[in-house]
Amino acid sequence: MLRLTFADYESLRAHGEETYPHECCGILLGNNDSAGNSVKQVIRAGNTRSDSAHNRYHIAPEELIRAQREGRKAGLDIIGFYHSHPDHPARWSQTDFEEAHWFGCSYVITAIEQGQARITNSFLLKGTSEDEKAFEDEALEIDVTGVEENVASHAAKMSVDVREGDKT
Amino acid sequence: MKVNIPTPLRAYTKGKETVEVSASSVQGALDALVLTAPELKKHLFTEDDKLRSFVNVYLNDEDIRYLPQREDTATTEVDELTIIPSIAGGSAYSSKSPVPLSC
Ligand SMILES: [Zn+2]
Repeated sequence: MLRLTFADYESLRAHGEETYPHECCGILLGNNDSAGNSVKQVIRAGNTRSDSAHNRYHIAPEELIRAQREGRKAGLDIIGFYHSHPDHPARWSQTDFEEAHWFGCSYVITAIEQGQARITNSFLLKGTSEDEKAFEDEALEIDVTGVEENVASHAAKMSVDVREGDKT
Repeated sequence: MKVNIPTPLRAYTKGKETVEVSASSVQGALDALVLTAPELKKHLFTEDDKLRSFVNVYLNDEDIRYLPQREDTATTEVDELTIIPSIAGGSAYSSKSPVPLSC
């Protein structure tokens, strides 16, 4: 299970829309516990594959090191990555699999169709070595707590506006 | 000196994020690391003892592949070595795949 807030979920999907028709990519910082990976911070990364950015991505190791360092200060680890598939399904490709080396990490893929984010899926890289690694479908749990609060405060504000409107 | 271990390889360092080794070169540090955590060896090196292509090793902020003396670069106690597997992929089919597979 991969847990993340609605804001983080929206942010990584929006990144894919912004870079369309190129692939976007980024790093997920968070914690791992018995329930799975929990995202605490989404870090946007640059795609170094300018030669083939529409269907390939690569994050500079320097960005990974920076993220790892930053995370450690906040008690967070690199627990996953995300990228987009412009006009391709939100399933891992053979390239994704061959180039996946972060066992125990979540690989999140968003399909971007004609510039619009569609399905977002997560795949957990199981195994502890190259010989026995495998991608497993991973459920996404999106925490909408903050969203509900926003809706509630928005509603409260609306009712205030209405009352003010009544007076005039 | 410190060697920073990435999340996927901590299974081989008893969960430790950093391993302290005593060495005077990058190669020495890697050798010492593998001695401390023998299971790491096959994840970092190929059978002919070359660093695997997807394993990046940074001495402080420098990729050792681009250091003039590469693995033979001298190190001191205050240096840090960071091991970081690469992150790449994409919806493209790998050139290694003879037949395009559905993605
Ligand atoms: Zn992909």
